[in-house]
Parts: sequence; C-alpha cells; structure tokens
Amino acid sequence: MTHPELSIELTGLRMNNPTILAAGILGTTGASLKRIASAGAGAVVTKSIGAIPEQGHPNPSLVALECGLLNAMGLPNPSYKEFNDELMTAKKGDVPVIVSIFGSCPEEFCEIIEGLEGADAFELNLSCPHSQQYGAAVGTDPVLVEKITRAAKTTASVPIWVKLTPNVTDIVTIGEAASRGGADAIVAINTIRGMAIDINSGYPILGNLYGGLSGAAIRPVAVKCIYDLYRALDIPVIGVGGVSKWQDAVEMMMAGASAVQIGSAIYDNFTVFSEINEALLTFLISRDLIIDDIIGLAHRRVEQ
Amino acid sequence: MIPVNAIIKEVIKETPTITTLKFDIKPDAIPGQFIMVWIRGMDEIPMALSHPDGITVQNVGDASGTLSNMKPGDNIGLRGPLGNGFELLGQRIMIIAGGVGAAPLLPLAHQLRLKGAKISILIGAKTSKELLFEEQFSRSGEINVATDDGSKGYHGVITGLMDTYDLNSFDMFYVCGPEMMMRAVLDMLHMNGLESISQFSLHRYFKCGIGVCGSCTIDPSGLRVCKDGPVFYGNILLNSELGKYRRDVTGKKIML
Repeated sequence: MTHPELSIELTGLRMNNPTILAAGILGTTGASLKRIASAGAGAVVTKSIGAIPEQGHPNPSLVALECGLLNAMGLPNPSYKEFNDELMTAKKGDVPVIVSIFGSCPEEFCEIIEGLEGADAFELNLSCPHSQQYGAAVGTDPVLVEKITRAAKTTASVPIWVKLTPNVTDIVTIGEAASRGGADAIVAINTIRGMAIDINSGYPILGNLYGGLSGAAIRPVAVKCIYDLYRALDIPVIGVGGVSKWQDAVEMMMAGASAVQIGSAIYDNFTVFSEINEALLTFLISRDLIIDDIIGLAHRRVEQ
Repeated sequence: MIPVNAIIKEVIKETPTITTLKFDIKPDAIPGQFIMVWIRGMDEIPMALSHPDGITVQNVGDASGTLSNMKPGDNIGLRGPLGNGFELLGQRIMIIAGGVGAAPLLPLAHQLRLKGAKISILIGAKTSKELLFEEQFSRSGEINVATDDGSKGYHGVITGLMDTYDLNSFDMFYVCGPEMMMRAVLDMLHMNGLESISQFSLHRYFKCGIGVCGSCTIDPSGLRVCKDGPVFYGNILLNSELGKYRRDVTGKKIML
C-alpha cells in the first residue's frame, strides 16, 4: 500500500509508511525480511549481526507471558561474513533494509560496517539486556556510546541509528551521548530486563536465567522514554515497545516518534503493518492532518 | 504460555535408539502438532506428539539422550501444542514414514482410520530393528516396510517401495522422515503431478518455537516451520530449500 499521506523521509531514507519491523523479530533470513516487507512494513531491521558466529543462549530462549514476551535469544547470528547473501535477498523486498549490528568496542562495529554491503542504514544495538559483553553492557556507558557512534558514523556511508536500553537511570544522558557522536536517529526502547520462574520446580524458565520483556506491558515505559528523548534531542526518535494497534502508533508519534517499530505483535498477527497503516491513514484524513502534525503533538499541547 | 509440568508415567523402548515417553497430561493436539519439551537446567527441544499423551524420541544428542534415559516419575516442562498440524483429508491415503519420522504420523493414521479412510502405510528404516510403530500402524491400515539393508521387507529406499503402488489411485499423501528421503518422495510425487495432494512435516532448528525469532524460516517463502508449519503441502516445498540446505543454530546455511 502506498499513500502519499503516509510516506515519510527518515534520516534520508524514503519510506512508504512509518511502520518498521523491529530488530530480532523474524529477521534472520532475507526471505523472511522480504515476507515482512510484502506484509506492509515501510522498512525492516534485521536480526543483530556481529563479527563472529554466535549460537545464542540455550533454550528456552523465549516464552509468551500474559503481559508480553520474555526472551533471551543471546544474539545468535552467523556473523556479517555469512549475512551478505541474506541482505541481498532482503533488499528484493523493495523497502529500506536496516542492519542491526552489535560489538564490544568501536573497532568491532567498524569491522562489521565495512564488511556488509548494501545496508540502507545501520542500527547500533547498544541495548540488548542479556549479553555479557555486548548490547546494554556497552550501551549504559555514555562515553562508550559516544565513541562507538562516532566511529560508526565515520566508517559508514549510510545513516546510523542508535538503539537504546531503558535499563538505565536516565535514558536522555545516553541519547545525548549518541547524538554528540553523530547519530542520525535514536531508536527507543529495547526490552526491559525481566525474569520468570517455573513454580513447579523453582528453575528460572529462560536458559539464560533472565532476559528482556517486550510487548504491551512495556509500552508506557517506551512512551515516556520517547517523550523525554524528543524534548532533549534535535535528531529523530524512532519509537519501539509494545505497539500492536494503530492507536499505539499514534500515541507513540504524539510522544515524539517520527516512525514506529513493531516486533512482538507480529508473531500472531502478520497483517499488523497493513492494519496499522490503513487505520493511521483514516485517522489522518478524517481529522485533516498530516503526519508531521501528530509527531510530538503532546509537547506542543503541554507548552500551549 | 509458560511450560506446564508433566510427569513421566511410562517409558517404552521402541527400538535400540528410539524411546516413547508417556505423560500424566494430554495436550489437546491435532496430529502433526508439536510441543516444546523443557529438560530443566539443560535445554528445550521440539518434539512431535506420537500419542495424545506422549512423544517418541531418538537419541541423537544431549537433550534427546537425557530424555531417552528418563524414568517414570521424572518431570519435564511442556509448551504446546504448537504449529499447524496435518489437514485430515481424503479417503485413499498413503502414509510414508521414515525412521523416527513415524512419530507424528501415528496419531494421524488413527484419526484418519476413525474417519473411515483406507490407508496404506509405508514404513522405512535403516534396518529391521529400527522399524518404528509397525504393530501400532497395522491397526489403521495395510503395512509395507522397506529397509536399507534388506533385513525386512523391501530392500532399498522407500521411494522404491512407493514405485510398486499405483500412486494415482491415492488422494492424499502424508510424509515425515529424514530430509533427503522427504525430498526424494516429493520429487517422485511431483513426477506424477501429485505434489499438491501431499503433506510433509518438516524439521528445522527451533529457538523460540512460537514464530517470533525467525530461526526456522525456510527459503524462498520465508515461512516459519514452527508457526506456519511444521506441516506444508508439497507444492509449497517443491522449489524450497528442502533437501538442499538448512540453517544451523547461528543461522548459517549448511549444504545437505
């Protein structure tokens, strides 16, 4: 579905609509990413890719709780060297393909960026909450976040998005660090640290013992983070966290999101992208609004 | 859906390498659906339901080895039933089972029989001692076996045994077994123009088991074996990766 009313330009990327597949969901293969593009996503983000092959954490690696999904996949990926083929396939979906990447130091991020051909943008995973040396292990340190972002920005010829963890005292401090490093956009938020225990046996359910919570439960947390980041930063904020229907997307955009990513909602509703886009279009037309009118609207209301 | 507790009630040694475990609970499943079996503190693996209250395991690794050695009274965690299961269609049925691939086909044969279908069941294994569920299948239809070493029945691969039938007289084929066997069966059905009346139960590495992570998606459709499958019609698989490659735990392609 292409409607001029829904088209956006985000960090220089043209998108048919403001809904994006979030990292880590159905992004392991090019064919799967292509399938999501045909389901109506305006852009897709791949599974996080690293410098060396990773098997991930032992199973169980994901359980569906009443309030959302709890996962500790553990960044399984075949390394960037094995991912170029998948990327080429994903690009046939005719939407921007953003490659999520992770590393433990600036040099590793640069190595991966240089080794991947054809990414339309990179999303730096500085936020995975259940990895020993990656993700939030580096993403909670503003000095390191700035360094990594600057190194990535210097190396890459395409936009750099930086995905933040909410598992910090003040997400704005980290967002400002990424912005100083030259990030083209901030993506907020990754999952919130969580744990589930099997009461029959006392064993933690996840193979990694704890993991990250996504889904509806974390949406208000995401809205607040996006609201704060939008107020503090001059670069676009891309909202993610528990969006499953059009109202959630509109709310997140009113908090300040230029676009929204969708993850957990997809697994039992493959039409979520087209549903949200159709309803968003109706919402805009019926109120005689354009997308820019709703982005950050909550801030303008408060200032009035 | 978090794992529910299941107590092992009965352990049956089916063959030297294959064991059936029966539980105190019956997941309300369609034949061909699977459950994620959690061996606490170790791993969680997908297993087809071979009985309303049981699974049948081949000892091929750490997790399946531990399961194979479980005793009555031991506990495991179960999530499921998951996946789509077989569509029960047709009156003149051929079931083609290779090795432990017979597991999801056993409850299918029982249910098809209850619906009044006439069923031919082809069971293949490396050797006669590894033939699975010969007696149980015989309650649902006519049995014919093939062994690679000729120790029982037809000497050779199961497509050779299929060749002795008039395939055009069947209106549905159900297949589960080793990957290369399934590819050979699919190619043979295709040669007879029968791929769209065949259903195959696929095996891929599963991580989440509920269609979120994408570890088990197949090329070129991007379909998820754990959620859109594990059962697919032959016409969907004809130009797929089946029999060509699969992806390992990291997502790297492994040529077959």
